[in-house]
Amino acid sequence: MSVALFSQLLYLLCGGLLLSSVLMLWRRQLSALVGLLAAQGVLLAGMAALLGTQDGGLELYVVALGILVLKGGVLPAVLRRVLANSGAARETQPLVNVPASLLAAAMLTLLAYAVSRPLVELDPTPITHAAPVGIAMVLLGFFMLVTRRRALSQVAGFLLLDNGIAATAFLVTSGVPLIVELAVSMDLLLVVLVLQVLTVRLRTAFGDTDIGELRELKD
Amino acid sequence: MLEMVGAPATGQGGFVDALLIGAPVAAPALAAVVALARRTPSRATGWMSVAAAFVILGSGVFAAVLTVDGYALRAGSLLRVDALSAVMLIVIGSVSVIATWANVDFVGNELASGKASSADLRRYTTLVPTFLAAMVLAVLANNLGLLWAAVEATTIVTAFLVGHRRSRGSVEATWKYVIICSVGIALAYLGTILVYYAAQQTTIPAGAALEWDQLVAHSTELDPGVMRIAFALLLIGYGAKAGMIPLHSWLPDAHSQAPAPVSALMSGVLLPVAVYALIRYRVIAVHSLDPSFVRALLLVVALASLVLATSLIIAQGNYKRLLAYSSIEHMSLIVIGLAIGTPLAIAASLLHIMGHGLGKAVLFCSAGQVLLLEGTSKIAGVRGILARRPVLAAVFGVGFLALLGLPPFSLFVSELGLARAASADGLTWVIALALMMVVIVFVAITTQLAPMILGSGSGSSAAGRDTGSTTPLVVGLVALATLGIVAWPVDQLLHAASLIAGTP
Repeated sequence: MSVALFSQLLYLLCGGLLLSSVLMLWRRQLSALVGLLAAQGVLLAGMAALLGTQDGGLELYVVALGILVLKGGVLPAVLRRVLANSGAARETQPLVNVPASLLAAAMLTLLAYAVSRPLVELDPTPITHAAPVGIAMVLLGFFMLVTRRRALSQVAGFLLLDNGIAATAFLVTSGVPLIVELAVSMDLLLVVLVLQVLTVRLRTAFGDTDIGELRELKD
Repeated sequence: MLEMVGAPATGQGGFVDALLIGAPVAAPALAAVVALARRTPSRATGWMSVAAAFVILGSGVFAAVLTVDGYALRAGSLLRVDALSAVMLIVIGSVSVIATWANVDFVGNELASGKASSADLRRYTTLVPTFLAAMVLAVLANNLGLLWAAVEATTIVTAFLVGHRRSRGSVEATWKYVIICSVGIALAYLGTILVYYAAQQTTIPAGAALEWDQLVAHSTELDPGVMRIAFALLLIGYGAKAGMIPLHSWLPDAHSQAPAPVSALMSGVLLPVAVYALIRYRVIAVHSLDPSFVRALLLVVALASLVLATSLIIAQGNYKRLLAYSSIEHMSLIVIGLAIGTPLAIAASLLHIMGHGLGKAVLFCSAGQVLLLEGTSKIAGVRGILARRPVLAAVFGVGFLALLGLPPFSLFVSELGLARAASADGLTWVIALALMMVVIVFVAITTQLAPMILGSGSGSSAAGRDTGSTTPLVVGLVALATLGIVAWPVDQLLHAASLIAGTP
């Protein structure tokens, strides 16, 4: 693959990741969030495979396949089951409204470009130049996590943050060693399963999955 | 077979190394498998965890003997034990001996009272040793990715331990715990990746870029710009697990809702292991970065957490939450030791980790018995335990005196050590502020606690109820006093560890 085509494809994938992240802040339909997360999983797998064409080894293709299965298939399926059980289709009352969220998304993306300058400067290749996209996704995920009140939206925010970290890992280091990647994926899957069980318990205990209702414990 | 600290990896470890590294992970893992295999849990399942805890403690002591001269045992490139790991193994072992011993009675009570289903108890008795295995793996890891994965695994394992009761309060606590700690630890993962990135641009061999000993040996080559971002992320991330600001808010909820032996393990083992990760990273950061940046960052986080904990202890009306905030207070003192960073300060911090772990294990377990006796965790609802349960009241009271830093207990020695280290390094104002907070906490806790223990009794109807054995708690207090009076069992080990983690 020529260098020009490689960079174009890479930037296209990064653009898709950033766009889907912003869309997650825009949409309030919970099922749309799950769809966007699944799309991000596919884009991330594509990124791993694309980097694999440059790397020459088999490892990145294996990682790409793993990501496709985990983030493109298994995790969205778990979230869909939670959604079907929870009975809530929409984010009720996010703490920050949609226009303000989108404005915040723009500011956070600019911030990501500012703070990740040292990362790009250390090893300025066409690949690392895209690293701010990963950092921007981390910030957007964090923002979503603190401004949404539905249990499922919070989980989606966490997964967006995690996708951002995975994207950063690919862009700066072509991914972490396989053993670490395995451990991380395992942990991620288990966290989401734990959260799934917890949403059921939340619903049993509080009759709803609105985190704003959690006010039993305070000083 | 054995090699010097800091020297590049040359050979694989021998049989003794493999045994000492394998046993403390294998024993709790085996206990977990047995607990899982048993359909109905019993007290015997609980004793398996105690046995595993003793294996961890024993391996820690053996490892200490072998590493005290500055040697490091290894198993492949993933696992490595030096004096610092040995200290942490001893901490995990001793805290978990007390907590799992008290846990036998907890499981027995749950079985007898029928409060938990046998499926719930089976999960509980499986997860406790799994938690221990993950913690041991974290302190044995030489690969920083593995260290991360082990710490993250504890979030998953302890989630159902915190939520064991399934009440509204415990579900809420579990949700906050899993979300906040997962986010925190995800940020630590990003930090780990950035360290890996910086390491790839140095002369470290390609496959070894996440190995701690390699990173320390090549720390001056790491790019300061990237390391600055990485260290800040790592501090927020592992700081979240250690209960440090800004991601601390899960801690009082989780610690106050979890069953007492679990609170003891979380406070005495989980928080220190997160601090241990910071100890390892600090060594790399001070050589690759401006050391004053590292110190300033650690001091800001530690002092802010200390002030927060103190202000919430003053007006606390719930004794389990009081203990939780006291954990934040003590972790802050330990992180102040890291900020100072001299070998003396690191040794004092490590001794403080030991003392706090033993003290908190005793206190959380005795608080659990008080809760069982009185049925409330409100301080105002408990009066005059001494008259009804003298031994329990004495253990509870003496435990607090130890935690407040009174001699002869070891927290007195370690706080004195921190003060000496700070003033030797020109940070007198820091230690003045910290000691002021310690004094405020002292006054606040003693005034709250005195009527609980000494006041004239209430609710004497429960006087005859069996709340469990106080033997493990007394053993813990004796160990704590021994550490404070005769330093010989650990001082050489702490010295060796402080040479690894401290920078003059």
